[in-house]
Amino acid sequence: MSDGSAGNAPQGNPKSAYFLSHADEAIERRTLAVMVDNEPGVLARVVGLFSGRGYNIDSLTVAEVDANQHQSRITIVTQGTPHILEQIEAQLLRLVPVGEVIDITKSKRGIERELALVKVAGKGEARVEALRISQIFRANVIDTTNESFIFELTGASDKITQFVDLMRPLGLVEVSRTGVLSIKRGKEKG
Amino acid sequence: MTTETQTKPEADARTMTGAEIVIEALREQGVEVMFGYPGGAVLPIYDALYSAKDIRHVLVRHEQGAGHAAEGYARTTGKPGVCLVTSGPGATNMVTPIADAMLDSIPMVVITGQVPTHLIGTDAFQECDTTGITRACSKHNYLVTDVDELAHTIHEAFLIARSGRPGPVVIDIPKDVQFATGIYVGKEGIHKPTYHPRTSPNPDAIAATVDLMLQARRPVFYTGGGVINSGPEASRLLRELQELTGIPVTSTLMGLGAFPASHPDWLGMVGMHGSFEANNAMHDCDLMLCVGARFDDRVTGRVDAFSPTSKKVHIDIDPSSVNKIVRVDIPIISDCAEALAAIIKELKARKAKLQDMSGWKQEIDIWRARQCFAYTNSDEVIKPQHAVERLYELTKDRETYITTEVGQHQMWAAQFYHFEEPHHWMTSGGLGTMGYGLPAAVGVQAAHPNGLVIDIAGEASIQMVMQEFSTAVQHKLPVKVFILNNEWMGMVRQWQELLHGERYSHSYSESLPDFVKLAEALGGHGIRCDNPAELDDKIREMIDHPGPVLFDCCVEKAENCLPMIPSGSAHNEMILGEILGNEIGEAGKKLV
Ligand SMILES: Cc1ncc(C[n+]2csc(CCOP(=O)(O)OP(=O)(O)O)c2C)c(N)n1
Ligand SMILES: [Mg+2]
Repeated sequence: MSDGSAGNAPQGNPKSAYFLSHADEAIERRTLAVMVDNEPGVLARVVGLFSGRGYNIDSLTVAEVDANQHQSRITIVTQGTPHILEQIEAQLLRLVPVGEVIDITKSKRGIERELALVKVAGKGEARVEALRISQIFRANVIDTTNESFIFELTGASDKITQFVDLMRPLGLVEVSRTGVLSIKRGKEKG
Repeated sequence: MTTETQTKPEADARTMTGAEIVIEALREQGVEVMFGYPGGAVLPIYDALYSAKDIRHVLVRHEQGAGHAAEGYARTTGKPGVCLVTSGPGATNMVTPIADAMLDSIPMVVITGQVPTHLIGTDAFQECDTTGITRACSKHNYLVTDVDELAHTIHEAFLIARSGRPGPVVIDIPKDVQFATGIYVGKEGIHKPTYHPRTSPNPDAIAATVDLMLQARRPVFYTGGGVINSGPEASRLLRELQELTGIPVTSTLMGLGAFPASHPDWLGMVGMHGSFEANNAMHDCDLMLCVGARFDDRVTGRVDAFSPTSKKVHIDIDPSSVNKIVRVDIPIISDCAEALAAIIKELKARKAKLQDMSGWKQEIDIWRARQCFAYTNSDEVIKPQHAVERLYELTKDRETYITTEVGQHQMWAAQFYHFEEPHHWMTSGGLGTMGYGLPAAVGVQAAHPNGLVIDIAGEASIQMVMQEFSTAVQHKLPVKVFILNNEWMGMVRQWQELLHGERYSHSYSESLPDFVKLAEALGGHGIRCDNPAELDDKIREMIDHPGPVLFDCCVEKAENCLPMIPSGSAHNEMILGEILGNEIGEAGKKLV
């Protein structure tokens, strides 16, 4: 609310007085899988909707998942109050090439994974320690020089963040992350 | 290849150039009129149009005019308006009407030329990223790079433009695709799997709505442009349901005409410049039945004080409109007509009586008695309200269609011109586009050659699109432009008075054209009136003139448009009599 007076409940006994002040609502994080027709401009539509309406994108991944049906799956991690999140879903469905929006977080059966490539350079103790930690995280070493490693790691986003944090004092050079991918557990689709 | 294998008469009938496919698809879609302006990148389509005698093309003077004309046509017929413009500047000039149609949910199909495929992305002459530019302001858009996709795309565009929540669809066609030869396909069976707007209501929601209606003591219908978009049947059903229940009705600016203004239960328009009775009824009701309206900020005023004691039912075809601004108790995602029909059916099946509403109606009568639209008339100078009142009295018995520009005159038109039927009132509500009215009138007149089409204009707005008067002359579209000339950007002046301590920064036009001479220069008829005593005769002269008329109605310059809910205020905090200057708090000043 821009008028600064949000949340002033009117007098009386409101039966269904809902106030636009959603400021007191807690911000939640959501992972949405957006099923779209893979046609030109579809990603721009989705991204443009987020920027145009002032929604957040924490991460976004996209790839075609069904070549015959020209279907792509976009996984978006976003944040907002429940009210905003409801709007995001409705606004996405308003886009003509969007067929379905699956709320992975709310479904409780969602699995989220991310892949990261982490470059660490160092010698001596630090180098040994980096390798030791990478084993604990079940990371693969996909490139080695005398003074560096590149680790490949998959897992939930916080696990990757934790790994990166541990690498920081050990000579972290750079990180490349895919952003979150998601799917629901069980035998059903979507 | 032998000549024998090449002659395939059957296939030949379906094979044509891209340009011919465009014309054939428009024909199959039942397009009778289109509005456009040629240029290099659409010349092949214009060439195909040359021999298409069954499609009327209205040549405008500026592409923005084509867009608003198509909007006016669409609003009055319910059919998609069609425009054809060239690439680059032709397309960018169309952006305002596209955005306008988007906000007001007007079905429109815009065909733009594009540079040849192999030049796209090279900054070629008159190249612009039309699909990129219009992506956020259109319902959908296409860049067609394969001639064999063209017919299908056009049919799909029409489907999307007019179904669900209607809106503008842009089809960008590179010039080489217009020249290429391809296969024509008909509109039969066209559908888009990801596009499936819901149109019929959930029966549980209907039952729950009827439950609330049977309990309500202070109900009100809050109707909007969705009722008009849904088609004449929705207006008829609204009237039937109102007759059945006796519930008072208000409407947004966009919904005027869906319910007859002469009806005793009509409350007048709701919102910032709506009636005292409508706004108070909205504020104090115990059940709000919102039909095809979207709780726009011009309607709600201060949202946290919006109708605090009511239960709310919201019928809307677009799920994103529901719970966007105001939380409702019962959302009904549906076409208005289908939902209204279902409510009527359920209500009749219950055979129950509604609560006694006489107390509620008495209360409304007290608000009505405030006569919120009263103004002090004058013998010396024409009051703008009086001008619209006289215009109404002298035209109400004809088939009259009103369009407007944007400003005080627009609000006075909404307050003092009364509508009995839908599709007779065309105004730019959501985007508030000055310059909408004259080209929209051109489009309306093209749809109703024998109707009396009047653009109620302001002297500032009209200058944004003045050139379209020449379009009206060329195409023998006898539109009447009724300018409430106050020499000010009146609405801006009013806000400066209200919000900025009467510091009238750049809202006065030191120089104005002589509108009578201008009308004549453009090949039409000009009339000036500054004397209240002559007003009726001159309005009659305007009506009787067979061609386009510019009527320069010189009105009181400092008149304010009241009543008004100042920004950031609640429905029960209307300014009625006069502006004092202290009505808007610091927070309200930051709002638009
Ligand atoms: C294209 C555009 N530019 C600016 C505005 C802002 N604006 C709203 S009303 C108005 C003044 C309109 O003046 P006029 O047409 O003379 O109408 P009046 O209010 O005097 O009746 C302006 C500048 C607008 N609505 N549209
Ligand atoms: Mg003016």
